[in-house]
Amino acid sequence: MAKFGMVIDTTKCVGCMDCVVACKTENNVPEGFNRAWIVEDVMGKYPDLHMEIRSERCNHCEEAPCVDVCPTGASHYSDIGEVVLIDHDECIGCKACIAACPYDARFIHPDGYADKCDFCFHRTSKGKNPACVDVCPTHSIHFGDLDDPDSEVSKLLKSRKYHVRIPEAGTKPKIFYLT
Amino acid sequence: MHELSITRHNELIDPTLHIWSWQIPVYLFIGGLIAGMMIISGYFLLKGRAREAKCTCFQLPILSIIILSLGMLALFLDLEHKFYFWRLYTTFQVTSPMSWGAWILLLVYPALILNLLLRVPVFILNRIPQLGKISEKMNAHPSTIKGIATLNITLGLMLGAYTGILLSTLTGRPLWNSSVLGFLFLASGLSSAAAFVHMIAKTAHERDILTKADNGFLTLELVIVAFFFIGLLTSSASHKAAADLLLTGPFAAVFWVFVIGIGMVIPLFIQSLAIKNKIKHTVVAPIMVLVGGILLRFVFVYAGQYSHWLIHAGLFK
Amino acid sequence: MNSISRRKFLKISGATIGAAVLSGSMSSFVKGADNKINKKDIKGIQKIPTYCAMCFWRCGAIAHVKDGKLWKIEGNPDDPLSKGRLCPRGTGGVGTHYDPDRLRSPLIRKNIRGEEQWVEVTWNEALDYVAKRMIDIKKTYGPESMAMFHHGIGATFLEHMMKSYGAINFGAPSFAQCKGPRDVAFNLTFGETVGGPERTDIENAKCIVLIGSHIGENMHNTQVQEFSKAVANHASIIVVDPRFSVAASKAKYYLPIKPGTDIALLLAWMNVIVNEKLYDNEYINKYGFGFEQFVAQLTSYTPEWAYPETGIEPDVIRKTAREMARYKPATLVHPGRHSTWYGDDTQRSRALALLNALLGSWGRKGGLYQPTWLDIPAYPYPDYPKSNKKKLDNPDEKYPFAIEEITTGVREATITGKPYPIKGWFVYGTNLPYSLPQPDKTIEAIKNLEFLVVVDTIGSEIAGWADVVLPESVYLERYDELNNPSFKVPYVGIRQPVVDPPGDQKPNYWIAKKLATRLGLDKYFPWKDIEEYLDYRLQKVGLSLELMKEKGIFLAPEQPIYYEDGVKPYFGTPSGKIEFYSLQLEQKGFDPVPKYTKPEEPPAGYFRLLYGRAPVHTFSRTQTNRILDDMMDTNKVWINKDVADHYGIRNGSFIKLKNQDGVISNKVKAFVTERIRTDCVYMVHGFGHTSKMLKGTYMKGADDSRLITQVKTDPIMGGTGMRVNFVTFELEA
Repeated sequence: MAKFGMVIDTTKCVGCMDCVVACKTENNVPEGFNRAWIVEDVMGKYPDLHMEIRSERCNHCEEAPCVDVCPTGASHYSDIGEVVLIDHDECIGCKACIAACPYDARFIHPDGYADKCDFCFHRTSKGKNPACVDVCPTHSIHFGDLDDPDSEVSKLLKSRKYHVRIPEAGTKPKIFYLT
Repeated sequence: MHELSITRHNELIDPTLHIWSWQIPVYLFIGGLIAGMMIISGYFLLKGRAREAKCTCFQLPILSIIILSLGMLALFLDLEHKFYFWRLYTTFQVTSPMSWGAWILLLVYPALILNLLLRVPVFILNRIPQLGKISEKMNAHPSTIKGIATLNITLGLMLGAYTGILLSTLTGRPLWNSSVLGFLFLASGLSSAAAFVHMIAKTAHERDILTKADNGFLTLELVIVAFFFIGLLTSSASHKAAADLLLTGPFAAVFWVFVIGIGMVIPLFIQSLAIKNKIKHTVVAPIMVLVGGILLRFVFVYAGQYSHWLIHAGLFK
Repeated sequence: MNSISRRKFLKISGATIGAAVLSGSMSSFVKGADNKINKKDIKGIQKIPTYCAMCFWRCGAIAHVKDGKLWKIEGNPDDPLSKGRLCPRGTGGVGTHYDPDRLRSPLIRKNIRGEEQWVEVTWNEALDYVAKRMIDIKKTYGPESMAMFHHGIGATFLEHMMKSYGAINFGAPSFAQCKGPRDVAFNLTFGETVGGPERTDIENAKCIVLIGSHIGENMHNTQVQEFSKAVANHASIIVVDPRFSVAASKAKYYLPIKPGTDIALLLAWMNVIVNEKLYDNEYINKYGFGFEQFVAQLTSYTPEWAYPETGIEPDVIRKTAREMARYKPATLVHPGRHSTWYGDDTQRSRALALLNALLGSWGRKGGLYQPTWLDIPAYPYPDYPKSNKKKLDNPDEKYPFAIEEITTGVREATITGKPYPIKGWFVYGTNLPYSLPQPDKTIEAIKNLEFLVVVDTIGSEIAGWADVVLPESVYLERYDELNNPSFKVPYVGIRQPVVDPPGDQKPNYWIAKKLATRLGLDKYFPWKDIEEYLDYRLQKVGLSLELMKEKGIFLAPEQPIYYEDGVKPYFGTPSGKIEFYSLQLEQKGFDPVPKYTKPEEPPAGYFRLLYGRAPVHTFSRTQTNRILDDMMDTNKVWINKDVADHYGIRNGSFIKLKNQDGVISNKVKAFVTERIRTDCVYMVHGFGHTSKMLKGTYMKGADDSRLITQVKTDPIMGGTGMRVNFVTFELEA
């Protein structure tokens, strides 16, 4: 069984938002909403500063609170890749999943259902990369099977230092940030 | 200095979460109130003290059905994908309190109707006289009454607790990450229900019973609130920051003045005097309890949405 | 690109390509391709190659059309600039096609200028009217009194039309308001400019120095891609900036310089490199001119001298100078691009050029490579009419080293009417109230005009002032001139229509040809249509439009681009060498070796206004693109945390800026941050739009141009130094 995950190299990322734009056109994300976003995380006092730039989106957590709290099963893990998906026709728009997500990855689509990054499932379920991965001008975003020790993502995680977002929430995110 | 600049600006999510407005706190309050009323009514039925608290036992079911329906309407209004609500009932999701809640609510109505049938209100009886016979038959068997009482108490406990547990499973909001939330909302529901029944009660005796009960619930609530804060303050920095939202932060004024002061401490004091016959029973204290009960839900729902794992200070959106 | 430098690029001849095509994939292209643009009826997904126009970089793109509607745009993997990955603006180009604020039909002014009251007219009416007014001006004042402001490759055919008409006064803000000082300085030093795309070999550089360049925020696709590659390869990065830029966050050394003191730092660096003999001796011996005189002038510029000027500690200056020398010649001191800052900008850029020369990076791998170029012959047009008048942008060669027209000179002449009046402006692709400083002067000049015609895709501020507005189709809906820039590999790319325009918009070449007919200039437009024109040029190098429509890009055989790979060094300077000491400058009374002048200090309570770019917007013309608006819908004023605390400004609160002349900005959000010095504030250029036609961005954020009421003109080339303005805060009540 494949387990899809993402490895994002914060040392290369310049925060240009191309991933966000590509996501928007690829998935026809409605005006006013974005499925991905950029965070600039700055520590220190001028001029002794450290800044990490992160391209963030749904972490497709292994222990996804949004899936747990969904009353209808609309939020679920996909068979291929264990991606957290939302079945629009099962969603009642109760927003419990939105409140449950520590990453604020979800929003209500103007059509009424909860929406978020789906790892471009229409692409990744057919062996392609998500749009953000293929567009990234700095080649900062990597996608692949975390269960496959020979995949690019697994190799990066073996050779580099990384962290995940808000690990203390216990969600086991599948997006890893290289530092 | 720690700066976090986030480019996201999704409606209802940013700059701070505000997916839920009045509908959810109102529903949570009503849910708690109904739960409390079911438990109180069930308790009197079970103990065979229905005559002592006539009002409680015989008027509550019909009031509950009406008020609960208003609550359900609020809940429905909050749904963003309204006409898919029936999807709640094509599945049961064991990890989802909301799924539990949907099914509990589905059982609450028949339980209330059974309770109602024990003493069918006159205006219904006039229209459907046959109900009188059914009622008589049910009343003829004490075990039926006890069964209905137990059912109401059980479902009341579930309904009251689920409204709190619902919030506590929403991992994303540290303020809600407390297992005592279920007990808190249950206790608050009970005290609200006691206050409400107190208001509509017809006899001084009944009022006295309910005031005593209410004081018990209010005391319990204060203890649970204390445990709630102890839990958060001894947890992570994010949880501590979330607790501070209520203790000292933007929600502190409403929380201390309305929820704790007007909603719990002052009525507790007034009602203690009333119990000791130092003053008369009035509707002042129960109204305060009800206001406190509503605002408790508002404060918890709003502050909870505001709370975040990324501590708000220095968050740039 | 100016012609001076073009000539010297390594050219690829047509014959070479012809052979390459024949041996290549001739068979794969579709014969008899559908020339109709309308593809609405075609179901499924079509992939159509073109090249981008979201900025001037011109990356190769592949537009995806789904069921006849534009869906998304990806990079063309064959494209050497984008390598298949567009920047956010290119990816978001979809929003430019769908922009609800696009101009839809030709407009003629109803009331007084600038009121933005219009009558919608047909193209015939509009073009007849424009032609009539242009003929009137020609008759009354002569064609020289009709000036043109332009930017971008889309201006090609309109520029040709204007030259055919007899116009001689042109101006692109990309010179005197942008890269002019840099181009002049490098031309004076190496006899060649750095061009655009810049000849920077960032990906192979082992040490990269960014001084006045915010790569990453300035989203020149190729440069950003190469920069991050260099970061991944652990190149040593030195960033000099008053602001902790994105690039600074990747740097080994971040030098928080005091604004306006770059020359002091550059001189000190060179002083260290010279004193410690860290320069590329062999290279300088071979190619250098006037090195001894140059060295003699450097002696006093010690790091200790530079410290109080720049705020950079002597130790750091030495360390960074040695770091650069350690990796020479693969040390790239980036020439930057926008460089009209303090009025001594040509000298500043010359110091940059000389530092590169010391390190031997010009012409070398990891430095400033020697670009190659596919030489496609121009379409044979008749000679333009001769004029006995002189261009008036630079009267009496006041700015002796200007190598392009000075926009502000044309504007000045329009105001003064001297030496002869300018009575008409033709504006294409540049929003003058934003692209020129001192917008009040632009308006003053416009008030002197008898006729102002603007070709634009959206209702920009300049369009708001026009008598006639001609709505242009966007790049996704039109052909354009071929793209064959000088770059690492010689190639050519085409732009072709992907979808139909949503309204009555027309492409620039169509407008040019139709106007030419009305102006009686048909002989200058001998081609039947644009396809014929493009095919003619492509055939000259053994290609064809048909082939290019399918491929989008044709790569010619690679050529060496480094001296070490056999490129023969050539320097187009008077000495034929790298001019460390410039006799040219000396003869005209300028410093032959750059000297430092102290910048003016901000008055008490004022902060130097710095401005820059964001990766998701281009100038002032992408803000209504709803996709890009969703990425960034306003600019913010960066204010140092301590300064903000002092003034009681909270992050995210609205403030206004007031400059030294009392000009007040639109309200704008404060970005309270540690990422900037305490003596300056910063904002992204291009926001605070005041044209009501731009509904999506109207009054969002603040406009820096409006606050640039002072300029310091570079006496060498006429560039307008714009970082000489100071602002204070007006807190919102």
